[in-house]
Amino acid sequence: MKIMTCPLNGPRPITEFACGGPIKERPADDAGGARWAEYVFIEDNAAGIVLEWWYHVPTAFWFVAERDTRTDTVIRSMTVAAWKERGGRP
Amino acid sequence: MTTGRLPPPYGRLLDRARTIPFEFEGARIEGLAGDTVASALWAAGTRVLARSFKYRRPRGLLGHGAFDATSYVQRGAEPNVAADRLLLVDGLPAIEGQNRIGSLTRDRGAWIGHLGRFLPVGFYYRTFFRPAGSWDRIEPAIRRRAGLGILGKDGHHAECEKVHLFCDVAVVGGGPAGIAAANAAAAAGAEVILFEAMARAGGFALVDPAAFPDALPADGVRVMTGAIAQGLFEDGMLAVELGDRHGRVRARCVVVATGAAEQPIVFRNNDLPGVMLASAARALIHLYAVRPGTRAAVVTVNDHGLAAALDLHAAGVEIAIVADARTATNILHERLAEAGVTVRLGTVPYEAVQSNGLAGLYYGGPVTGIELATKGAHGTARPEGALHVCDLVVMSGGWSPLAALACHAGARLAYDADADTFALSDIPGHVFAVGAAAGLHTPTLVVEDAREAGHAAADAALGRSVLARASPEPEPGFNHPWPIVPHPKGKEFLEFDEDLTIADIENAVADGFDHGELLKRYSTAGMGPSQGKQAALAVLRVAARARRLAPEGIGPTTSRPPFTAERIDLLAGRAFHPARATAMQLQHRAYGATTMVAGLWQRPAFYGAPADAERAIAAEVMAVHEATGMIDVSTLGKIELRGPDAAAFLDRIYATPHAKQPVGRGRYCLLLDEAGNIADDGVIGRLAETHFYVTATTGQADATYRLLTWLNAQWGMDVDITNLTGAFAALNIAGPASRTVLAGLVEDVDLAPGAFKYMDVRHGRVAGVAARLLRVGFVGELGYEIHMPAAYGQAVWTALADAGRAHGLRPFGVEAQRLLRLQKAHVIIGQDTDGLTTPAEANMGWAVGKTKTSFVGRAALAVRGTRPLQRVLVGFRMDASATVPPEASLVIEGDAIGGRVTSAARSAAAGGIIGLAFVPPSRAAEGSPFAIRLPSGAMVGAEVAPTPFYDPGNTRQER
Repeated sequence: MKIMTCPLNGPRPITEFACGGPIKERPADDAGGARWAEYVFIEDNAAGIVLEWWYHVPTAFWFVAERDTRTDTVIRSMTVAAWKERGGRP
Repeated sequence: MTTGRLPPPYGRLLDRARTIPFEFEGARIEGLAGDTVASALWAAGTRVLARSFKYRRPRGLLGHGAFDATSYVQRGAEPNVAADRLLLVDGLPAIEGQNRIGSLTRDRGAWIGHLGRFLPVGFYYRTFFRPAGSWDRIEPAIRRRAGLGILGKDGHHAECEKVHLFCDVAVVGGGPAGIAAANAAAAAGAEVILFEAMARAGGFALVDPAAFPDALPADGVRVMTGAIAQGLFEDGMLAVELGDRHGRVRARCVVVATGAAEQPIVFRNNDLPGVMLASAARALIHLYAVRPGTRAAVVTVNDHGLAAALDLHAAGVEIAIVADARTATNILHERLAEAGVTVRLGTVPYEAVQSNGLAGLYYGGPVTGIELATKGAHGTARPEGALHVCDLVVMSGGWSPLAALACHAGARLAYDADADTFALSDIPGHVFAVGAAAGLHTPTLVVEDAREAGHAAADAALGRSVLARASPEPEPGFNHPWPIVPHPKGKEFLEFDEDLTIADIENAVADGFDHGELLKRYSTAGMGPSQGKQAALAVLRVAARARRLAPEGIGPTTSRPPFTAERIDLLAGRAFHPARATAMQLQHRAYGATTMVAGLWQRPAFYGAPADAERAIAAEVMAVHEATGMIDVSTLGKIELRGPDAAAFLDRIYATPHAKQPVGRGRYCLLLDEAGNIADDGVIGRLAETHFYVTATTGQADATYRLLTWLNAQWGMDVDITNLTGAFAALNIAGPASRTVLAGLVEDVDLAPGAFKYMDVRHGRVAGVAARLLRVGFVGELGYEIHMPAAYGQAVWTALADAGRAHGLRPFGVEAQRLLRLQKAHVIIGQDTDGLTTPAEANMGWAVGKTKTSFVGRAALAVRGTRPLQRVLVGFRMDASATVPPEASLVIEGDAIGGRVTSAARSAAAGGIIGLAFVPPSRAAEGSPFAIRLPSGAMVGAEVAPTPFYDPGNTRQER
C-alpha cells in the first residue's frame, strides 16, 4: 500500500486519501461554452509529472501533490497556501 | 516412530523427547516434535505423498521447504497445504492425499498417465473449442479429473486477523545471508525484523554449520518464524503470512535474502518418488535425522550434489554411484573416492526406473534404479545401458535465485550467460538482494556481502548517506548451461506442477507461442502454485534451444505476487462491516423498527414486523395527516458555515440564490455539478448575518461537504466550513398537532403562526436542549425540523414521544416519508433524478436563480438550455385497480423507450395510484396518456396529472 505524505497529517496510508484529479484552471463564469466544455469534459491524462488535488478524508484536508504518473511516485506535497506561493493558480 | 532416526547432532530441528501422532491416508503415523508432516512421513517410510496435477503420477518429495508444489496435502477442510512446511503439532486434523480416487498408492485415476502422448500441450484449448458450447460440457469433467485438493465448505476455517508491523529494515529470509544482513543493520542502529519461513532461523547454516559459524540472529533483531513474505508492494509494504494472521509490514528498506531454489536435472522419470533434490536430502538428514533412503545414486552438475553425497555416505546411506556432468575433478571428488564411492565424470542421468511389479506398472511406484548416460557434444547423451539399483536418486541441477520480492518492487531478472542463471538488475534503492537470491553461494562471500548490504540498508532507512550499491553479479560455477537430458520416450519433467516435459515446451514453441509470456500462458509452465521456481530456468533453456537462440534472447516472465500459494481466508480477514448509528437508534429498536440500509446507516423503514409492512406504513401516513408523526432525519448532511463571506460563498456555489437571504429565514437549496446536472438539495438556514446552516441529502452529505471545502481551498474566501453531520442529531415532527406537541417543550421560540412562519429558522430550547428549529414542508404537513447535539438526540426524541402520546404521535419511517413526499410530488434527488438530470427536466427550473451570474454548473446549464428537452419528469395517476409499477418500469412511446417510472405508490390520501415518471416532452401536458410496461411484460396505461397530488394549495404545510 502506498504512503502519501499529507502536509497536515504527515505520512499516511493512501487509503485515507481521495484524489481530486489534476489541477485545472477553472474558467471565468463568462468564459463561454467551449472553454467550459473543455474544462468539464477534457482530461489531459498526462504521462509525466502532474499537479493534483488530494484530500485527506478523515481530517477533510485538501492539499496539492506533485506526482509522476509514469511511476506513480509522489514527488512532493504541499498546502494550498504553499502551492499558491509558488505561483499556483486555481 | 523414533527408530531409524540418525543420532544427534543430526535432527537440529527435532525435540526427540516428544512424539506426535497424526493420521495420513487413514494410517496412524508417529513423528517427533519439530518434524514437518513430510519429514515424519519420509521417516516412516511413506514414499507417495501426492499425485500429479495432470497425469496423476505418484509423487514423493522434490524439495523440502523449497516452495515447490510437489507434496501438497489436504489438512482437514483445507486443501493444498505444503506437507514440507506443515509443522507437526498435537491435534493436527487428519491429513489426506489429494487428486486421487481411492488411495495415493492405488489411484484409480492413474490410467490418465498412460494417455500422456495423446494429451499434448494446449490439448484442451485446441480440442474442445468446436462445436460451440462443447467446452462448457467437457470442462466440469476435466476439472473433476485434474486438480488439487478440495475446499471443505463445512470445515473449520481460521479467523484471520491483520497485523500491522513497522520497522526500519525488514529482512526476508533467515538463512546465513539474512542473518548477517539483519545483524549488521541492527548493529548500525536500525530497528530490524527478520522473517523466516521455516520454524527456526538458520537456513543453510542448519545443514552446514561449519560453513556458517556465526549464523545466529543478534539480540537486537526481532525474529518471526513461520513467516512467508508473499509480496513487496509500493513504498516498502511487505505482505507477510504469519500463521493465521496476515501481516502488513511497513519497512523503510527491505533486504531480500530468500535464497535460491535448487533445480532438478531434467531426465526421464525424474519425478518418481525417491528422486529428490540434494537440498531436500540434506535437510532430511541434518534437520530431521531422517535417512532419505538406503541406497542412493547422486546425479549432479555442481559441488552441492557432491556435498550431499558425502552427507549421505556419512549418514550411512550406501552410495550406488555418483554421476557428475562436469569433467574436471576437485577436492570433493577426492574425498568421495577416499570414502570408497564410485564417481563418474562427464556423466548424466538418462532414465530413472521403477519396477514395483504389476501394481507399479499400472499405478506407478517409487524409484528402484537409474540408468546413466555419457555426455556428448551439444547436449547429447549416450546411454550406458546398465542399471544402477537404488531406492533414492539425489539430484542437483544448479540454482535459480528466489528474487521475486525484488522483482515486485521493480527489479529486473535476466539470464546471465556467465553464471548460467538469472541475475537481478535495476534493484530499487530501498531494496537489497543478498546471498543466493543475488546469485552468491561461497560462504565467506555471502556473509561479507550481506553484512555490507545490511549496513547500507540501515543507513538508507535512517536517512544517512549511502553509496550506491552495484547490482550483484552472480557467481559462476554453481550452474550448468544444459542440465537437460532428452529421452526418445519423453517424460523428462521440467515443470512438476503442471506435468510438462521437454516435448511440451518444444510443441508450444512450434505452435508459435515462442515469447516467454506467451509460452507461459499456452503451456502453463510457471502458472502452478510453485510459480516456476524449479522450472523457469529449464523452460527458458528448452525454448531458447528450440528457437536456436541464446537463453538471454527469451527473457523470463514477469514475477508478480504472491510468492507462493496464498490462503484466501488470510486475505479476506475478518468480516468487517462499518455501520453508523443515529442517536435515536435504541428508540427505533424499542419501537420495533424494520430497518433499511442507507449508506452506512441503518434507517427505520417502518415500525413493525416485515409481514405487517403495508398496514404499518398506512398507519404512519395517517398519523402524519391527521395527528402528528415524527421521523429521525439525523442522517441528513449538516454543514455549518461561518464568516463574513459565507453568504457570497454559498451564492457562488448553489444554483438557488442565497446572497440576500434574510436572517432567520430558510431557503430550499439546489446544487448542480459542473455539467449542469442536479447533484444535491436541502435547506439553507441563515441563523445570523455571517452564520449559515446547510442540510444535504443523506447520500450526498460527504460529497457536498467535500465540494464546498475543495472550492474554498481554491477561492480562499473568508468562511469556515464545518461538517456537523455526525455531531448533530435531527428529527422532523409533522402533522396538524405538531405545533401543539412542540409548544409544551419549547422555550425561547414563539411558535405562533405569525411569529414562526413557514421556512423560518430559529434558535431555541427544546426539552431544555439548545436546538435549531426549521419550519419546513418536508412531508407536506405543518412541521418542524429540530437539530440538536447528537448527545441529546435521544432525550429530545423521548421527550417529544412522551409529550405527543396524548395527541396521537407516532414515529414514522422512510417508507411513509417517501409516500408523503410523493403525494406532494417532492423530487427526491437520486430517486427521481439520475446523474444526467437538469433542473428543467425535473421541472425544477424555478429553483435556479435567473439573475445569478455565478454558480456551479451555470455555464453548462446555459448551453444545455439552448437545446430542446429530451425528457420531462411529470406526475401521473393510474387506475386504482391497476398494478403499481415498480421503480424503473419503462415508459413506452411507439415501439421505443420513452422514459421510466421513478416513483410510484398507492395513496389513500390522493385517491389511487400516483407516481413520477420521465416521459417525452410531447407527452408532458396534463392529461396526456402514456403506456408503462411492467416487468412481467404487461402494458398498463397512465395519465399525466397535475401535482401536488395532495393539498395542491399547500395550505396544510403553511398554516
